Amino acid sequence: MDWTALILSMQLAGVTVAVLLPIGIALGRWLAVRDFRAKPLVEALVALPLVLPPTVFGYYLLVAFGAASPLGQIWEQVFGQTLVFSFEGLVLASILFNLPFAVQPIQRGFEAIAPEIREAAACSGMAPLTALRRVELPLAWPGILTAMVLSFAHTLGEFGIVLMVGGSIPGETRTVAISIYDKVQSFDDSGAAQMSALLLVISLVTIALTFAFSRRIGRRLG
Amino acid sequence: MTFARLIAFALAFWAATLPRIAAAESPVVAAAASVQFALVEIAQAFEAETGETVRLTFGASGNLARQIRQGAPYDLFLSADESFVLTLAEEGRLRDQGVLYAQGRIGALVPRGSDLKPDGTLEDLRAALQDGRLGRFAIANPEHAPYGQRAREALIHAGLWEAIEPHLVIGENIAQAAQFAVSGNADGGIVSYSLAVAPDVAARSEFALIPADWHEPLGQRMALTKRAGPVAEAFYAYLQSPAARAIFDDYGLALSHGEG
Repeated sequence: MDWTALILSMQLAGVTVAVLLPIGIALGRWLAVRDFRAKPLVEALVALPLVLPPTVFGYYLLVAFGAASPLGQIWEQVFGQTLVFSFEGLVLASILFNLPFAVQPIQRGFEAIAPEIREAAACSGMAPLTALRRVELPLAWPGILTAMVLSFAHTLGEFGIVLMVGGSIPGETRTVAISIYDKVQSFDDSGAAQMSALLLVISLVTIALTFAFSRRIGRRLG
Repeated sequence: MTFARLIAFALAFWAATLPRIAAAESPVVAAAASVQFALVEIAQAFEAETGETVRLTFGASGNLARQIRQGAPYDLFLSADESFVLTLAEEGRLRDQGVLYAQGRIGALVPRGSDLKPDGTLEDLRAALQDGRLGRFAIANPEHAPYGQRAREALIHAGLWEAIEPHLVIGENIAQAAQFAVSGNADGGIVSYSLAVAPDVAARSEFALIPADWHEPLGQRMALTKRAGPVAEAFYAYLQSPAARAIFDDYGLALSHGEG
């Protein structure tokens, strides 16, 4: 069992969710409430990672942030290490790649709130931020929870991008999915079997918890 | 809402406070998949002797070289082929041209119970192609895996390349090719001697060396990168010590092979 890889994956997933949560709420609410001409384009951009092969995404990250690129060189001068093949690089890749998993459920959550409720909050003299905090977020909560769990579980399972930009460095970029791949290639079948089983259980439990949570909350609100 | 905020805070707190493991900056050694078993053993011996650890990562030499070019934080590079090391050295990405650490050999590997026989002259493979026994045959990717290039050269030398091409399954590196063959998902494959002698592999397969003059020599070369520190230097020296030499030799990674 490669505990280092498991902990690393958990950290990657935790950081990803923590960063994505405010982004997802801001973007999701904006897309749910506003209507503008470029909206289909924005929505398409957010949804792109759903259909884009991770290798294509990884390739562009390598091009954009590789040691030869201007962005990569600036990053290296500021932080003293390259963005690709580092934990920070994985975090960036993971945030971008999880956008649809975070934004779409949150957007659905805000869309489900009747406009009258927002108007009533405004009429009662609530400032927009207070209304968001006291009225809208609690109502959109099932969507937000789904977004968090999906991004977390999806990060644990992400393989293609990590393979492209990670380099399988223990404790830095060797995530649990990569470690399983490495174990198969080093003929460590029992190690691969244990970690695969663990990942299967974690995935199942997280998804089952989300369903249970959103049902309970749905009942409470409904 | 307090519940939501609680979770968000807990997550952020947890993510921020957990110290990144292995922040202990032990050097990263990037090595060809062909040396994975030998290197794990050598790294353990090195740790037992010095108390210092190294982090190992394995892949196809061509990929590792590309990653070094893209700025991967590797301290030492063990390539399965000299050309990658020499090119990187020329580009100024390595400290020097390094040293040879092994002469690689390839051979035919068949899983136990396969319809194929282990035959270094590839005559049985030729017969299998003619009588339709051959299903899938594994080699490493000749584009970026040196052992895949040599496998292709040996198949061309035997006059089998065109006939066998439709049967090939391509491993991303030599370890994956070996995994395809050892697991029985391919009927056989051309893999490195260094993997074939590993206990886990030898127990489940049979192997015969292909004559060394059927392909270009496979001088395996290693060199320190520009970012290597004292621990990487010590490991590099240890790899050239008699203790490490003995382990390399055990895994079929001798510096010179008697003809066999």
